[in-house]
Amino acid sequence: MAVKIEARALGYGYPGRAVGRGLDLELAAGEVLCVLGPNGGGKTTLFRTLLGLLVPQEGEVRLEGQALAALARGDVARRVGYVPQGHVAQFAFTVRDVVLMGRTAHIGLFAAPGAADRAAAERAIEALGIGELTERVVTELSGGERQLTMIARALAQGARALVLDEPTASLDFGNQVRVLREIRRLAAEGYAVVFSSHDPSQAFLAASRVLLLARGGALRQGTPAEVITADNLRQVYGVDVRVAPLDGTSVCLPVL
Amino acid sequence: MTGRTRASAYAFAILLLVLLTALAFAFGRFPISAGELAQLAANKLFGASYSIAPSVETVVLQVRGPRILAALLVGASLAAAGTAYQGMFRNPLVSPDILGVSAGAALGAVLGIFFSQSALVIQLGAFAGGLAAVSMVYAVGANVRRQDPVLSLILAGIVLGTLFGALLALLKYLADPYNQLPAITYWLLGSLAAVAPSDLALAAPFALAGLLPLYLLRWRMNLLSLSDDEARALGVPVGRLRLAVVCAATLMTAAAVAISGIIGWVGLLIPHAARMLVGPEFSRLLPLSMVLGAAFLLAVDTLARTAAPIEIPPGVLTALIGTPFFLWLFATARRAWQ
Repeated sequence: MAVKIEARALGYGYPGRAVGRGLDLELAAGEVLCVLGPNGGGKTTLFRTLLGLLVPQEGEVRLEGQALAALARGDVARRVGYVPQGHVAQFAFTVRDVVLMGRTAHIGLFAAPGAADRAAAERAIEALGIGELTERVVTELSGGERQLTMIARALAQGARALVLDEPTASLDFGNQVRVLREIRRLAAEGYAVVFSSHDPSQAFLAASRVLLLARGGALRQGTPAEVITADNLRQVYGVDVRVAPLDGTSVCLPVL
Repeated sequence: MTGRTRASAYAFAILLLVLLTALAFAFGRFPISAGELAQLAANKLFGASYSIAPSVETVVLQVRGPRILAALLVGASLAAAGTAYQGMFRNPLVSPDILGVSAGAALGAVLGIFFSQSALVIQLGAFAGGLAAVSMVYAVGANVRRQDPVLSLILAGIVLGTLFGALLALLKYLADPYNQLPAITYWLLGSLAAVAPSDLALAAPFALAGLLPLYLLRWRMNLLSLSDDEARALGVPVGRLRLAVVCAATLMTAAAVAISGIIGWVGLLIPHAARMLVGPEFSRLLPLSMVLGAAFLLAVDTLARTAAPIEIPPGVLTALIGTPFFLWLFATARRAWQ
């Protein structure tokens, strides 16, 4: 399996403030990594570093075997698709227009999207099953429809790795499940997927591996069963939980 | 927004523009009939013979022609610049005035009047002032790293615009009250009455130099409406793109100010109206916005020179129309924007 996203001895943070360090990561096609951690634990900072939006403080990130630092913006965009956290639609673009923007890295500086780009956008929209929304205006969509649109935009980038920052945040229960289902389906199609979450049970449902971040940069990595334990979660979140098997997977419930 | 409504919006705007242009040629202190206009047009375009008074030809070609062309150029330039600024700053309440561009250009021109320079120097002063203003605003905005970059730019523009306003007031205070002060005041009010063909020839290349990059980047402009992180993750070097668009929009604004002085509101009203008609997608929005801007300013200017026995400054008219529109927008911004 080809390694899509790789981090070696990665230190990340903002100028003058290290958020995490010593992270080693390898994500191959078909794998799903769930990143868990408290608010302010550095999930978004890590994602921004993986996407080349923030320069690593130590170590390096490699995408499909190439050093991220040596890649142009467009090269990064063709290797990793990005679904930002809580995208706020300010303009009344149609779903089609938004998904077409995912094609930017394939479109010349002075050009407009061509037939191939339109076809790629249509495919991405169909893949997410939101064909009936194509002409709708994003500012009028529900949170779940908007999140699926953003995932379609990331697919339109043509990348084989996806980074989703809290894709289920502020979605209702049904839409959370729909987004998790899409993540699993994309992995089955050979995408490498990284997503962050506040719900440890989502890791059992959708992820093959878990990265647990704590404030101060401590981290644990492994399969969901290895990482999501009562001890680890108590250390990271400061609350007691029970992890119980259920129908071949596990659930994580807080103890009140 | 379907393709059909979009097409009818363009058709409506272009028809409106043609109609208004014909009316602008016909109306005025010296009325010209439709027959005379048609004859003259046929002669100039196809070499057909005609029999109209030479005075009619002079009014059409020497007096109204340059003024109408100036109104079209200024209106289209201000609307294009406003469209770019609003998209780039993700804010419907932004206009060319907001970056201090208009105030900077005005300061440059008034300095020229103050030192009794030629018309050419006054116009070049406007260009230099506008570019200096946007460079300063950009430098301040780029160095205030802790804030949202867009907010920094807007605040820097407002603060520097106030400074330019104070310097303008100082120049008016010091100016010779019999010659310079009326010229400065008249110019600051905004007017197309004194436009000469040479003014147009000087400003048009600057306006086109600003329009060309906006036109070429028309699809990519959409990406500036996303957050910086999103746009960069999609493969856009946001800083460079924004710089290019700011420079282009500023060139267009400075060209307009050099011709007509400060005529406010066009760059705020028109992009918004165009967005209501065809949506925010920039490559569809820019052409419509320019046509509507040209039509609007032409209508305002025609009204300004025909409505009363004396000329009303068009800047006063746009403000009379613009203020209630702005207040309505301000009160309903969220809804109207979407």
